[in-house]
This record gives sequence, C-alpha cells and structure tokens, in this order.
Amino acid sequence: MKNAFYMASRYMRRHKGKTAILIASIAMIVFLPLGLQTVVDQTTSELEARARSTPLLVGRKGSPLELALSSLYFAAKPVEPLAMADVDRIRDTGFALPIPLHVRYRAREQPIVGTSLEYFDFRALRVADGRQMATLGECVVGASAAEALEVGPGDAVTSSPTDVFNLAGAYPLKMRVVGVLARSHSPDDDAVFVDMKTAWVIEGIGHGHDDVSKPEMAGQLLKRDGNKITASAQVREYQEITAKQAESFHFHGDPATFPVTAVLAVPNDAKSQALLRGRYLGKDERDQIIEPVAVMDELVTTVVKVRSYVTAAVVLLGISTLLMMTLVFALSIRLRRREMETMTKIGCSRGTIASLLGCEIGVVLAAGVAIAIGLTTAAHAWGPALLREVLL
Amino acid sequence: MIRIEDLVFAYPHGPFRLSIPDVTIEDGEKVAFIGPSGSGKTTLLHLLAGIEVPGSGTVTTAGCEVSSMSDAERRDFRVQHVGLVFQVFELLSYLDMLDNILLPYRINSSLALTPEVVDRAKALAERVGMADKLGRYVDRLSQGERQRVAICRALLPQPRVLMADEPTGNLDPANKDRVLEMLVQQADEAGATLVTVTHEHDVLGRFDRTIDFATFHETVGAAP
Repeated sequence: MKNAFYMASRYMRRHKGKTAILIASIAMIVFLPLGLQTVVDQTTSELEARARSTPLLVGRKGSPLELALSSLYFAAKPVEPLAMADVDRIRDTGFALPIPLHVRYRAREQPIVGTSLEYFDFRALRVADGRQMATLGECVVGASAAEALEVGPGDAVTSSPTDVFNLAGAYPLKMRVVGVLARSHSPDDDAVFVDMKTAWVIEGIGHGHDDVSKPEMAGQLLKRDGNKITASAQVREYQEITAKQAESFHFHGDPATFPVTAVLAVPNDAKSQALLRGRYLGKDERDQIIEPVAVMDELVTTVVKVRSYVTAAVVLLGISTLLMMTLVFALSIRLRRREMETMTKIGCSRGTIASLLGCEIGVVLAAGVAIAIGLTTAAHAWGPALLREVLL
Repeated sequence: MIRIEDLVFAYPHGPFRLSIPDVTIEDGEKVAFIGPSGSGKTTLLHLLAGIEVPGSGTVTTAGCEVSSMSDAERRDFRVQHVGLVFQVFELLSYLDMLDNILLPYRINSSLALTPEVVDRAKALAERVGMADKLGRYVDRLSQGERQRVAICRALLPQPRVLMADEPTGNLDPANKDRVLEMLVQQADEAGATLVTVTHEHDVLGRFDRTIDFATFHETVGAAP
C-alpha cells in the first residue's frame, strides 16, 4: 500500500492542475450543502435564542421585524424613536420593568447602545475587566467590540459622526472605557454600552461648553436677556466628558421628550404580559408591542425555506459535478490504458493496478473532504456573523 | 535454459495461429527472432514471459515451466526472472528516471524495495551514462536515453532472461547501435540470456544465433 500511495502521490504531483481542480470540486460538493446547513442552523438558533430571551419590545408603529432587528441585534438601520415618556408609561402600568434602548450611533463598526443598568442584569452581562459604567461619558464594551476597537479599561472610544457634511448633525464624542464585558456569545459582545444620557449627548441633545457666566468670558457674549445668553462661536464645545468638564454638561428641553429607539419590557408574569399587550391594541395607538420570538420565527422560516431551495440546487449541482468527475476519472483511466498494460506485462496484478488507481481517487476524495471540513469549521466560526451581516 | 515444445497458440477471435514444434535456447545465449511485422514475434515473447499461455505444448523459461503456472505465479516469475524491453519504451511519464527504473519493485510485492536496490538502480544508471539525469522526468529525455532507462528497468531485478521486443525500432541509426551494444553488453555482464525479436536484418550480426520466424507462422491474417 505504501508503494501505491507513493505512485499516486507522484501522479498527482505531476498533474498538479488537474488534481487541484478535482480536489476543489470535491471540496465544494461536500462543503456547500454542509457549510450552508451549519451556518443557517447556527444563525437561526442564535437568532431564536436571542428572541426567546426577550419577552416584549415596544417601539413606534412600523415594521415589527425592523424593531426586533434593531433592538435585539443592534442592526444598523434606525427605527423611528419613542420618547422617554413612553418608558414612563410602561413603568406606570406596573406590569413590567421597562428598559430603554437607544441604538442609533456607532463607534467605527460597533453599535453604541444607550441603556440603563437594568439591561446588564436582564441579559446577565458581567464585567470581566474593569468596572461598570457609573457617570456621564463612560462606557463598557462587549468582548468582541473590545477586540475590534482594540480597547480596554482606561482607553477611549469615539463615536462616529453620522454625516461629516452635516454641521447640525451629531459630533463625535470621546468616551472613557471603564470595563469590558465577559463574552456572552450574543450581539451584546459587539456593542459599546453607554447610559441614556451619554447617548443623548452623542445625539446633540446634551452638551458641555465653556462657562459663559464667568467674568473672563464676557468678551464672548453676544447678547444677554435675563437667563438667556447668546454666545459667540468662539465658545469651546467639549467633545469629551472629563471629570473637570462633567458639571458643564447639560440638556436642553423636556426629558420626557428625549428619544429612545425601543423599550425592552420585562413583564412581571404571564398575566402582566397579556395585560400590557392589551394596552397597545387601541386603534389610535402610535406604538406597537411585539413578541420578538413570533417575529423572528417568521424570519427564520423564510431563511430555512431559502436554505432548502439553495440546498436542492447545490445537490443537483453536486450530482452533475460528480458525474463530470466520474467521466474525468474514466477518461483518465482510458488514457492510461497503455501504462496499465505495461505494468501488467512487467508483473503487476489487476488488484495492484486497482489499488494504485484507488489510492489516487482516495487521496483526491480525502483531500477534498478534508478541505470541506476545514471550510465548514471556518463557516461554523465566522459564517453566522457573515449571515447576520447580510440579514441585519 | 529456454525450451519450447509442441507449442500451439491462437487468439480466441481471429485466424492467427502460431505453431512451434521445438526451440531451445541455452543459458547466456543471445538469440534474435527475425520475421516480418504481424508474424507473431511479440506473441512469442509474451508466451516466453508468461503473459500469454499456449493452447497446447509447453514453454519453459529460465528452467521453469511457465505454461503450467497460475496467473499469480507467472506474474511473480516474470517480475523476478524476466526483464522486458519494449519497442516504445513504455516508461511512465509522471515518474522521474530513478522511479521508472524502480518500477518493478513498486508494483509487485514479491520484490522488496531496499536501499541496496536503490543503490543498484543508481549504479545501472551510471553504467549507461545517465547518473546525472536520475531526477529528470522521462519526457525530457531523448529517445535513445529513454530506451537506456527502459533497459535499466529491465535489468534491475537481475533477471535470468532479458527479452527485447523490437528494441531499436524507434531509434535513429546512431542510437540504434548504441542501444543494441548496451543491451548485449548488459546481458553479458548480468549473465542473462538475451532474446530479441526484430524485423531489422542489419542488427543480426550482434547475436549468437538467429531464428527465422517464418517457419513458425502457419497461417494468414495479422497478429495483434
């Protein structure tokens, strides 16, 4: 058998191109259905797990799927916001704990999620390194976000401007990283968490600047009308919240109108859940309440259906490729007939010739399957993230 | 010793029929069978080597009656005791020169491929003046060089009989002389009996004896 392998290896080495094509074909035939199944199964199970762990979501009326994708997986597509008053509305019912979510901005590719500390308890997120955020301008980052942004406690993360050409848009805010969360194998790993007030500062609702009430700033005042001061553009607006500047940060307007993109409602029990859902059934209701698991089931059903079609197509393609490969092998054996006759004349048995050819086919099959397993393993590791990118 | 007695052979489909009443070739003798194309010269070599089996009669090669051996016995006998040289060399293009010489040891487990065998293969290559081309693929060798490689392959198992089927048929005159001389010389050095079939009368002077094939060829039609 050692000699058969040796001869097979020599043949394949001499016909590298042909061998590589055959191995690649086998690898693709095996990998495509296997990898697709792995990625889809893993992704759908992750999607379903996240949805199952989230009882209710409240948002402005619109697409329930977009509300779920934005609130559960921090999808980039923004949804129309609610107001903080809507959070209070849920709290006032006494049926559920409302956890506000603000998902509109990013730090490079990582979503910045404004929320309250209850979110961390609800999702059982634990700080692995550093501490929990405590003051304005602080953030904690998920394990993957920490890797992607290359930050840890003591470093800083800057929010990305929404539109560099829009002077009235959100300015970048530099935030201190005070903790890194333990890996949870969920979308939380990718997020940068800040409190709601910091999210509003990023949005431009709150800001900090030089204290214009100080006498030395008199030269930069354009107009004073009682408490209303109009300052010149020379007054510095802070883009970082430090301990020294924190006191200068303030918000304009009624806090009840400040935006939240969704409210995660954690009902006290099944009855409370039903009662809370009932509150959003009115004809004139501006908001919607959804059960994420029901919404995601629809998406998963669609994905699985698409997978079935793709798998069927791949299987047909695989069968035709296998037939082609059989033809290639058959033609190859025919072309090598003289070689086999020579070996027979010298003293080689049919069994030995079969084992020589069997080794070649076996090595091609084994190499193809090995590559397919490698690709499937890679798909297992990175595929769901890619598919999430596509879906979300 | 090679001995053929009352041999009759015919292919299952076709009119060809070979009949040889009695031929004896002594050990170490160099014999050329001469005859036109299609007269059954190659078939005779196949019968002597045990590739084909006669319908009747006996074939004894190197003292062994190959006509009564089983398939497996004939294969083992052939690879161990018969060195075959073909007209079109029949080298494997995906093997380099050294691996081509070692081929009999890789395709039949009755021969053990040991470091000594590899050394012997290298020594054979050196003897035919090709020691510097051992790692070269055979399709990068000239026709004459390829036939020298084929001769080395045939000689490596130290056969008692060297059989050459039109060994110079595909060579130019210069290479023809050189290869023929080498074949005779290597057979002499190895103490092997040399049996060659050829239709070229100008090479017969190098052999101890010539047997005209026309006397055995009984009937019409082309031989395979």
